[in-house]
Amino acid sequence: MSDVEYDVAILGSGPAGYVAGIRASQLKLKACVIEKDKPGGVCLNIGCIPSKAIIHEAEGFAALAGMEELGIKVDRAGLDYSKVLKKSRDAADAMARGVTFLLKKNNVPLVQGTGKITARGEITLGDGKKIRAKNILVATGSSPKQIPGFEFDGKIVISSDGALMLSELPKRILILGGGAIGCEFAHILSAFGVEVILVEMLDHLLPLEDAETVAVLERSFKKRGITVLTGTKALEMKKGKGSAAVTLEEKGGKKRTEEVDKVLVVVGRGPNTGGIGLENVGIKTDRGFIPVCDYYQTEVPGIYAAGDVTASPLLAHVASKEAEIAVEHMAGHPTIPRIDPDTIPGAVYTEPQVASFGVNEERAKREGIAYAKAVFPYRGAGKSVAIGKSDGHVKVLYDPKTHEILGAHIVGAEGTELIHELLLAKYSELLPEDIATMIHAHPTLSEAVMETARTAEGWVIHV
Amino acid sequence: MAEKVLMLALSPTMEEGTIVRWLKKEGETVKNGDILCEVETDKATMDYESIQEGTLLKIVVGEGGAAKVEQPIAIIGKKGEDYSALLAEVEKGSPSKSPAPGAGGAGAATAPATAGGVAASAGGPAVFAAAPASADFGETGNGRVKSSPLARLLAQEAGLDITRVAGSGPGGRVVKRDVEGAKAGFGAGATGARSAGPVAGGASPHSAPIAAPAAAAIPSALKSESVPISGKRKVIAERLSQSMFTAPHYYLRLAVPADAMVKARAALNAKHDRKVSLNAFLIKFAAEAIKRFPAVNSSWQGSTIQMFGSIDIGLAVAQPDGLITPIVRDCGSKGVVQIDAELSALIDKALSGKLKPEEYNGATFTISNLGSFGIDEFTAVINPPGSAILAVGSIKKEPVVGPDDRIEAKTLMRLTLSCDHRVIDGAVGAKFLSTLSDFIEDPVRILF
Repeated sequence: MSDVEYDVAILGSGPAGYVAGIRASQLKLKACVIEKDKPGGVCLNIGCIPSKAIIHEAEGFAALAGMEELGIKVDRAGLDYSKVLKKSRDAADAMARGVTFLLKKNNVPLVQGTGKITARGEITLGDGKKIRAKNILVATGSSPKQIPGFEFDGKIVISSDGALMLSELPKRILILGGGAIGCEFAHILSAFGVEVILVEMLDHLLPLEDAETVAVLERSFKKRGITVLTGTKALEMKKGKGSAAVTLEEKGGKKRTEEVDKVLVVVGRGPNTGGIGLENVGIKTDRGFIPVCDYYQTEVPGIYAAGDVTASPLLAHVASKEAEIAVEHMAGHPTIPRIDPDTIPGAVYTEPQVASFGVNEERAKREGIAYAKAVFPYRGAGKSVAIGKSDGHVKVLYDPKTHEILGAHIVGAEGTELIHELLLAKYSELLPEDIATMIHAHPTLSEAVMETARTAEGWVIHV
Repeated sequence: MAEKVLMLALSPTMEEGTIVRWLKKEGETVKNGDILCEVETDKATMDYESIQEGTLLKIVVGEGGAAKVEQPIAIIGKKGEDYSALLAEVEKGSPSKSPAPGAGGAGAATAPATAGGVAASAGGPAVFAAAPASADFGETGNGRVKSSPLARLLAQEAGLDITRVAGSGPGGRVVKRDVEGAKAGFGAGATGARSAGPVAGGASPHSAPIAAPAAAAIPSALKSESVPISGKRKVIAERLSQSMFTAPHYYLRLAVPADAMVKARAALNAKHDRKVSLNAFLIKFAAEAIKRFPAVNSSWQGSTIQMFGSIDIGLAVAQPDGLITPIVRDCGSKGVVQIDAELSALIDKALSGKLKPEEYNGATFTISNLGSFGIDEFTAVINPPGSAILAVGSIKKEPVVGPDDRIEAKTLMRLTLSCDHRVIDGAVGAKFLSTLSDFIEDPVRILF
């Protein structure tokens, strides 16, 4: 018998899967992780990590313009984008090796193969080998969604995967979808000098974010020369040789056609729940997502699901946390039944960055949540002026009676780091007063967070 | 210097206490450690051991009277000392929920009407249980209470003493949900929030002294009187009335042959040091049946139905002054031995009044077994937030018409399932109960 018995078999090795494997091992569960591709999933291989590597290079490249202001002559013509790609691949490969190492260190076997659930407690691999486990965690992640008329061809019409694997830059690109991924690519490509048309069907970029906060990003994008078309639909596309003509309909019905050499379609991601054998155990998906109840259990006992396959926000840090909760529940370890959605941070790596958690103004109005807001402009913090990044604000929504923090929204330099002071406050139930009275080092961008809290308390200094 | 004697929190969840009787009379000398009086809390009757010394100058709250924690109940000081100023302050400050003892009341040093003529025979050193268990109450040992700033603010606004709220946050920190649970009172759910008896306000008139459950003798004749209700009695009354009058109950009955279950239990107990109780078996069977009919494990929430992700089964346990339902959590994933171990620990705690709120709040299903009282069958009131309760009668031999029309003796147990029709339709309830009875009749069927 070559069949192996585990406490938990994990399908997928992304931020949900590999974290689940390690957590299981910590809790003395016998676990294995099954992966059909490279360890680390989308996040490490073709998502968060390589994109951050490219953004880093893009920002370095864009900063050279600042050097010229100092009289330094920089010849930027030598940019070889394939080297940027290589650096990002090196980062991704290093991280994937790191995942392999961590799993090994924790004695979690990484099984290479395509696993399919064939019964409760049984996963069958492509080669017919069976893995038996008391519990199964489905963590197979998500893939880029297509839209009719704009199917990926890998050459002209590309997905985020394709965009991350570009070895040379297009001249003119149309990005369909103004969510986090679309905005990040708009930022990257425009920083490298590509002409970018960013199209979003809804009224704002980052439609789930606080509108007043996003407006700052939209202004900044436009100032940089990115064509931002919100409230705009893509009607059709005619492909030519090495280019495409996309017909758009702006709000009010005005049509325009844009000729571009690449179309990047980033309209969202869909769960990878087909072909993994859910039907064999009677799990029915809901619009592709796996329904879960407390502790990320599916309706079938012993089968759990975490990460992008569930209907929670498609974020790596959410996937990891869900996986931890699921495994802790399997092990009988004390844990929480589910993540509080208002404490999930979102981070968009544009310039300026956008970061947030919890209630925004639109939601507060929609749901009738009483709120007051405190907004402090970046330029009130000396550090932002000193480094020439004074665009942005910190905004906190709080309960008008108790001052409980309801949500926070930052747009500006290092916003994705600054958000955590406010999130810690929310998570541990500190009040704006606690942040307002705590000494913050000068000069830092964090002073903007302190001043926002002081605004809420009615004694802001630097405005 | 005369000083106030304050009502102490004699149990972790206590907010208010009722004086059952005074063991010290006005004018008597009180030493540190003497028992001053007996106080009925929301869970038990406890001795109030004095932490002050001197002469008991004035009893402010008489027998049968109630006082919130931190409210003065007496004045202590030097013999003959003038305490009129302090008394005036006390009488002004407290919303005087109870009549001052004795008819005169207003005067300075009238002797209290100690009707029972109780002697202060403290006996030996009594064990005092005043201090709340610090681990559960987020106290850091130096008097500081671990609590979030938001929780402190909310507690202050609600007029709650944060030191009396059990913390469920990291390291026992009191957080928002704990304060909200305390505010909402009993039944806040399994959030780990402590429950508080309903905060005083609508208390009944304390015209007569309450009968102390243990100490008072059975009255020789019936007496017409109005008896103040305890916080616990009030909670029981409110919750069960609410359940009975809002949840449309219906009842399903059957008699199930119990031999196989009795045999299974005997077989298990023969190999096991500790005797596994019948109730543990019933909990296990119920959990297995719930797995097959999860609709039973749910709760009507007005606009939605809450399906519970864990099978948390409560068992009604009688206490001298009421009842409580300790809960075995996540029964679906536990074996009968583990269920029994947890259950017996919980019952011990229940009988000594030491259950924590998270150990009795939020049962998703409840079992009430009156078989040991000789009851053949009965119907039970659903215990919210659950939607069904199983009433279990005694196991006894009964004549049954066999397959060949012969009368034979069979060991039967009678079950009655009360269901909330808003959530559990008749067919679902019936299938659940018949599955449960299948398991009892033939435990092997759990494997099917």
